[in-house]
Amino acid sequence: MKLSDKELEIIEILEKDARTPIDVLAKMIDLPVEETEALVHKLEEANVIVQYTTLVDWRKVDGHEGVTAMIDVKVTPKRGVGFDEVAERIYRFPEVKSVYLMSGAYDLSVVIEGRSMAEVAQFVSEKLSTLDSVISTTTHFILKKYKHDGTIFDKGDQDRRIVVAP
Amino acid sequence: MNPQTKKMYVSETVASLKPSGIRRFFDLASSLDGVISLGVGEPDFVTSWSIREASILSLEQGYTSYTANAGLLELRQEIAAYLRRKFHVEYRPETEILVTVGASQAIDLALRAIVNPGDEVIVVEPSFVAYEPLVVLAGGTPVIVHASGADGFQLMPAHIERAITERTKAVIICSPNNPTGTVLSPAELKALARLAEKHDLLVIADEIYAELTYEGEHTSIAAVPGMRERTILISGFSKGFAMTGWRLGFAAAPEELLQAMLKIHQYAMMCAPTMAQYGALEALRNGEHEVEQMRNSYRRRRNYFVASLNEIGLPCHLPGGAFYAFPSIRHTGLTSEQFAERLLLEEKVAVVPGNVFGTSGEGYIRCSYASSLEQLQEAIKRMKRFLERL
Ligand SMILES: Cc1ncc(COP(=O)(O)O)c(C=O)c1O
Repeated sequence: MKLSDKELEIIEILEKDARTPIDVLAKMIDLPVEETEALVHKLEEANVIVQYTTLVDWRKVDGHEGVTAMIDVKVTPKRGVGFDEVAERIYRFPEVKSVYLMSGAYDLSVVIEGRSMAEVAQFVSEKLSTLDSVISTTTHFILKKYKHDGTIFDKGDQDRRIVVAP
Repeated sequence: MNPQTKKMYVSETVASLKPSGIRRFFDLASSLDGVISLGVGEPDFVTSWSIREASILSLEQGYTSYTANAGLLELRQEIAAYLRRKFHVEYRPETEILVTVGASQAIDLALRAIVNPGDEVIVVEPSFVAYEPLVVLAGGTPVIVHASGADGFQLMPAHIERAITERTKAVIICSPNNPTGTVLSPAELKALARLAEKHDLLVIADEIYAELTYEGEHTSIAAVPGMRERTILISGFSKGFAMTGWRLGFAAAPEELLQAMLKIHQYAMMCAPTMAQYGALEALRNGEHEVEQMRNSYRRRRNYFVASLNEIGLPCHLPGGAFYAFPSIRHTGLTSEQFAERLLLEEKVAVVPGNVFGTSGEGYIRCSYASSLEQLQEAIKRMKRFLERL
């Protein structure tokens, strides 16, 4: 799908802040509100804009338990379907947050969230390793998130400018 | 006055300069809490990390001594390549480029290098606050030409021509402009070039906002045929690269003029800060992508902010560059100082009254849109409330 400049701008703006009000968005790209709405709608329909989500810093939430692991998975691709079939078997599990096909030393990078390390370990040993095409897994637990999808969790860059300047 | 000697210690020239109009507003705005400031003439971005990191590396490696007076040769070579690539002008890095402490110092050097006592320098107002005092400090006489809001603050070559006398040495122009955001069109630059040739004038071209041009490419007057020999081109890193605190700029001019500026610079400054020069080197080598992202971000905020100003009843032309909107407040019946002061006290939004930039700025306010979109939205809300109450 070939996007117009205005559509590309909409995506860039919403990717940074999905809650930009439609009238503000319209002014930013210099189009009437109705036209802007129609473009956003079109991008949603075409699944170019897939979803609007919220980035949460769960460390700030008292009592929250949860761990994230990144698992390197080596698999045997199947004739005709390549990696897609095994990838699908994996990404259908709700505890799997993302699945990427990788170049390099392993094939699939799988991100899993669970309530505890034990829960993740259980998933890996019972669900993942037992799949026919899976040859091996290496599990890395995430200890701390500094930056996610372009956003730094601890915002250190506050406005240090003087109030009025030439 | 010293009571014993009756001698005036401060020079008459300095004593005669009027204090900056921005100062008073700064004091007032700083004394209040919860102020949204649209009064800032600098980017809201922190310098990109790759530039900061390159400068840190230079410190770690111990590059802490003076550089050549004109600046690191490597940096001058990059500046020459940059000027060629972006603005299609050719300067020799060895003899025609000078790295300065901000564009500010470059303007000062340019004036001091060319002005004889009593020479006249034409300044087009509304203008950046430093030009007029710097002309006076250089021993010259500023001659003010007024651009008019009715014409979107375009340069009026006819007005300029009327101001030209036997003593006129140079014209200072600034495009994109602080405070109006106006970009001079190639046609206007050509008209000015014809004047400069006809009357044998120099042009000091302050192009510090060149990177922040939103419609099409920036045109440097030095690129207009015949103008390279009579232009002192001034730019720097403060605005486009978000490096105000680094204090780094540059001048490019024909050898004779540039060497005259260098003569002053080597006595008065020695060289620009070394660690900042290493940062600038990285900015020119790898900074283009981030500059483009910042430019896009300003352009969107400009579109939002100017449309909103017009909507709430502050008529404003769409500025082609820089990060300032310069709406008219004339219909409110208030002077620009009254408007700015009341807006600050009643709604805690700081803007700069237009008269600070010259008498032709009266009836206007300067709002910088280099603030977050959230802040701009809140500022518009408050300004709307303020206007409805007037
Ligand atoms: C038109 C203009 N010229 C020059 C400067 C000074 O720039 P620098 O930080 O490079 O000294 C400014 C800064 O506000 C400006 O607006």
